[in-house]
Amino acid sequence: MIRIKCPYCGERDHSEFTYGGDASVEYPVLDASVSEWTKAIFFRENIRGIQKETWHHTNGCRLWLEVERSTITHEIKSVKACHPQIDKITKNKS
Amino acid sequence: MTRFNAWNVFKNGFTGQKNWDRQWRDPEPKKEYNIIIVGGGLHGLATAYYLAKNHNKKNIAVLEKGWIGGGNAGRNTTIVRSNYMMPGNHEFYEHSLKLWENLSHDLNYNVMFSQRAHVSLFHSPSARDGAARRYNIMRLHGTDGELWDLDTLKKNIPHLNYNNARFPILGAAVQKRAGNARHDSTVWGFARAADSLGVDILQNCEVTGVKRSQNNIESIETSRGTMKAKKVGFAVAGHTSLLWQMAGLGNLPIESHKLQAFVTEAIKPLLDQVVVYGVGGAHFYISQSDKGSMVFGGDLDWYKSYAQRGNLPMVQDSAEAAMAIMPCLGRIRLLRHWAGVMDMSMDGSFFICKTPLSNLYLNAGWNYGGFKASPASGWYFADLIANEQPHKNVQNHNLERFEQGINIDERGAGPDPKLHG
Repeated sequence: MIRIKCPYCGERDHSEFTYGGDASVEYPVLDASVSEWTKAIFFRENIRGIQKETWHHTNGCRLWLEVERSTITHEIKSVKACHPQIDKITKNKS
Repeated sequence: MTRFNAWNVFKNGFTGQKNWDRQWRDPEPKKEYNIIIVGGGLHGLATAYYLAKNHNKKNIAVLEKGWIGGGNAGRNTTIVRSNYMMPGNHEFYEHSLKLWENLSHDLNYNVMFSQRAHVSLFHSPSARDGAARRYNIMRLHGTDGELWDLDTLKKNIPHLNYNNARFPILGAAVQKRAGNARHDSTVWGFARAADSLGVDILQNCEVTGVKRSQNNIESIETSRGTMKAKKVGFAVAGHTSLLWQMAGLGNLPIESHKLQAFVTEAIKPLLDQVVVYGVGGAHFYISQSDKGSMVFGGDLDWYKSYAQRGNLPMVQDSAEAAMAIMPCLGRIRLLRHWAGVMDMSMDGSFFICKTPLSNLYLNAGWNYGGFKASPASGWYFADLIANEQPHKNVQNHNLERFEQGINIDERGAGPDPKLHG
């Protein structure tokens, strides 16, 4: 079991969360070429090591989190809310 | 290599069966090969075998970083079937099933292929309609498939849970020619058969670098020295992206996920078929090995990973699915569970294709289904490497299909690799 420290709810089992995917993908502008969109949607670096990824706290506060996690050992380096302003709110709360 | 046959078993009986040859040689790496296949799993070995057998190619090496049978070849649930619907896929998997049907004779090695039927349960009228559509498409293309009503199913498999109020079993979609095979025998059989045709199988030979000139690969650097190659094929399952980046080729439409499998203590004969149960979020497939163990699996672990070990929530999910469909398993003890790293592709289909480099060929993206595919995978990959032209059955299984909008998405799950179960 991976334990994810949700900034709002505290440390929880990963089974409360839904894995989103690679958080490093940046989408191009809407009228970018097909090939640019194909790269963003279908092609992945597939990192073996520390990767940035999104998790949704589905059975908790329902925040989307950005997590840095090792894809070899599953060790988590950092967790923060995806949306910077939500991060501010959670900080005020605690 | 001594052939396995009754006469040789009889002859070796005089010397206590002690004088059999090695199954395959342990050669020293040469400096140069015509064709190097990276990856000594089922797909790599099958490719080398068919290159030598169908295309009469010489001077071939297969590089394996560990030992033969130590990767995903030894980590699957051994199911063989061809119930696919999409153009390209059904021809491919049907060809694979036909190769399986004669594989033991072809390899002179008993792969213990058992056509015990693949029984996929359905639980609602709409699921029955979906199954009817898929299996009718299969039949139109010459693959066998039939629908069993509840009475037929009860007669064949009496001990499923037929009293489930939430998801009552209505019947099953059945492929009778499907079944399973012995995974170790298959990989050893391919290794032995390839070796007997002169293929060098180099174990403990990890690729550490790919040296390329502008548009092709010049040599492969390995833990056992540098080797030149005229043609190179990648067939490395879960680690394709790493090798791809080693060749300086950037990103692939692949994510590595892990899939668990489970095996229980051996019991007396209980289940004659492969049974698949998938409804309401559950995904579960089970069969009984010849030794008597129940072998089963479920979903991926749901997050990207290169770790070859599974997580506990998925153990629980699979145990719950087992209890939902076969409550008689309640007291059975789990012996082992493990995970393999899978190439999960963006549309759930595989790649057998040319690459941006002129002498590099790619075999990857096998998702949940690499084991059953291995004979045809080797067959068509060998064909591609030998003729430099993809066979029409795999002509769209390339990296360009996403940009062209011709994804081969059997499940219709969209560009999320973890959903292609």
